[in-house]
Amino acid sequence: MKQPQTSRRSFLALAALTPFAVAATSACGTSGPGASSGNGGASMWFLSGEPNQTNMQKAVDAFNQANPDNKIAITFFQNDAYKTKIKTAIGANQAPTIIYNWGGGTLKTYAEANQVEDLTSWLDSEPDLKKKFFPSTFSAATVNGKIYALPNMYVGPIVLFYNKELFQKAGVTPPKSWDDVMSLVKTFNGMGVAPFSLGGQSRWTSMMWLEYLLDRIGGPDVFKAIFEGKPNAWMDPAVIETGTKIQELVSADGFIKGFSSITADSNADQALLYTGKAAMMLHGSWTYGPMKKDGKNFVQDGKLGFVQFPSVPGGKGDPKNGVGNPANYQSISAKASDKEKESAKKFLKDGIMTDAMIDAYINSGSVPIVNGIESKLNTSPDKDFLNFVYDLAKNAPSFQQSWDQALSPTAAEALLNNIDQLFLKSITPQQFAENMNGTLGK
Amino acid sequence: MSNAVSTAPGPSVGVRNSKQTEQRKAALAWLTIPALFFFLVFAVIPLAGVLILSFTSWDGIGAIGAAGLDNWFSVLADPGLYNALGLTFLIMIVSWLVQTPISLLLGVFTAGSQRYRAVLAVLYFLPLLLSSAAVAIAFKALLDPNFGLATGLGLPFLAQDWLGVPQLALGLVIFVIAWQFVPFHTLIYQGGVRQIPKSLYEAAQIDGAGTIKQFFHITLPQLKYTIITSSTLMVVGSLTYFDLIFVLTGGGPGNSTRILALDMYLRGFRANLMGPASVIAVILVIIGLALALFLQRLGGKDKQGSQLEGL
Repeated sequence: MKQPQTSRRSFLALAALTPFAVAATSACGTSGPGASSGNGGASMWFLSGEPNQTNMQKAVDAFNQANPDNKIAITFFQNDAYKTKIKTAIGANQAPTIIYNWGGGTLKTYAEANQVEDLTSWLDSEPDLKKKFFPSTFSAATVNGKIYALPNMYVGPIVLFYNKELFQKAGVTPPKSWDDVMSLVKTFNGMGVAPFSLGGQSRWTSMMWLEYLLDRIGGPDVFKAIFEGKPNAWMDPAVIETGTKIQELVSADGFIKGFSSITADSNADQALLYTGKAAMMLHGSWTYGPMKKDGKNFVQDGKLGFVQFPSVPGGKGDPKNGVGNPANYQSISAKASDKEKESAKKFLKDGIMTDAMIDAYINSGSVPIVNGIESKLNTSPDKDFLNFVYDLAKNAPSFQQSWDQALSPTAAEALLNNIDQLFLKSITPQQFAENMNGTLGK
Repeated sequence: MSNAVSTAPGPSVGVRNSKQTEQRKAALAWLTIPALFFFLVFAVIPLAGVLILSFTSWDGIGAIGAAGLDNWFSVLADPGLYNALGLTFLIMIVSWLVQTPISLLLGVFTAGSQRYRAVLAVLYFLPLLLSSAAVAIAFKALLDPNFGLATGLGLPFLAQDWLGVPQLALGLVIFVIAWQFVPFHTLIYQGGVRQIPKSLYEAAQIDGAGTIKQFFHITLPQLKYTIITSSTLMVVGSLTYFDLIFVLTGGGPGNSTRILALDMYLRGFRANLMGPASVIAVILVIIGLALALFLQRLGGKDKQGSQLEGL
């Protein structure tokens, strides 16, 4: 009779201890940002992967040396791991001071949950900083008229790459219109070469085709209406025509065999282009650096060609329009202390887009989003490509942000899932439009 | 509780005996405390949390709001749930049908004492030592239609779009799961076979029973509980297949390999729909419990008794 009471009492004692145990376990998971906030500096999470990781580490080291009172502690994560971790960390109020993001829909969810700092007044008080960047880059950082992130790094438009050697062999020129695309598909299939490389399992790679086609067919207003959540915005005839053109291209064997099992993160899609297994590839300008590094002398020997996405006959969109990532973005956590916020602002202003960083980005084949870099681009060994990207970004009457970044995470996941099925032809363009229409406002 | 114990009529055993049992019971109660504690912290509390979350709307970042039964209605009306449920059960059943005979036969084979069987048993065991993510990455690279094994060895029939065609991808997922888990179940069966008393086989031999007869009349019935144990692990384990499929196909192509556990992850952490993801989690728990109970029932009432009874 005595024993059970004792055990019950100790059980209660154990239950009372539970919160401490939980606190201890949760403390383990956040050693990263917690470690840095002690000495007044700011913490920052950034993506691993070269050359950006080394460049950013150098920038942080230089800044820390010059500002011993505002030190930045940086931690690196892999791209997909980061996307999950940052969401969880923000939800648990354990975010780093500086939150790396891609602007658009995700930033909107952060801003609406009051998790990121409104930077509008700070930028107004630092006009030089604001004027340093391409003005177009601020739109994806703006939510309800307020700026919640500072654009930085480089512009990443989607470009149509092609293998010059294969084009010479076939005696053809890069496509200027959608009709050219379809006839090139026949030519290259006849030669036993895949017309287009595509890492379809990653799904956002297939999405790049829809982004350009919809823009060329219906103009930028169609997606603008979708982005604003207007009723039936996805049911626009241009969406259906876009889906139809995609399925025509799939049916004509436009994409490499097995495209739906190729992933982009292994860079297998790029390898198909530079090994001559595929003639063309629609991909972000950020693949230029990796292809230069991995493709033996493919890029250095001038075998890599690049053009703007072709026009579609009868389409409303300007062929000069661009799509892709206007920039990368840094926000400041609203939950950080005043001192941390101050250090973060100082770093964003003086530490990130320094002259040394601008040079480093140009050397790695990217176009930084700062004004007045023409002369620097022209002295680079990659000047043809850099100028092409620079002009594309600067002269585009409209530059549409990647859809999966522009939309909310909920709508973006539904979009990627439906795009996968559209490319597999398991749903019709009409069904695609209807399915997506159901996600409006979500 | 203690009142009930003291007033209850004692069993017809000696006083000393009952005292000893009570003391032992008390000691056992103490011993369960650490287990209960961990069960509470890592199972009951999160489970209650998930149940609560399933009635809320939360994007994982902002404030949590009450949603009533909305999540349940929307998930139950979603054809995606039934696709995931169907796939989960399909993979579960086909996996069981493929893995059980293979592991049973391999287990019986490796239970012998010859040295070559020991060597083979070690080789069979190797896939189990690899992590699921590594297995998935390796298979993905080997089956790549453009750079994989097919082009490397010049075997055109292998150059299928294995992970890009819904039916092929599903079949491949089942194959890779079997490749990874057959060794584990082989090991269970090997242990089970070694527990069977030699005298049974000696008696059968005297009666003139051949190897096949011995297998069906002695080995198989004696392995009843091993089969149930292995099947429980297989069936309940198949509800949690996640890492392998996540890396291998990501649920695609289309939704052709998007099983329930993956569906939960994608809804929660990709689409920021924690409420609906929690609904799926609760459904998973219910199915898992039901299946485990069902398989235990299959074992019959005498399962607590000794297998060697009557010898």
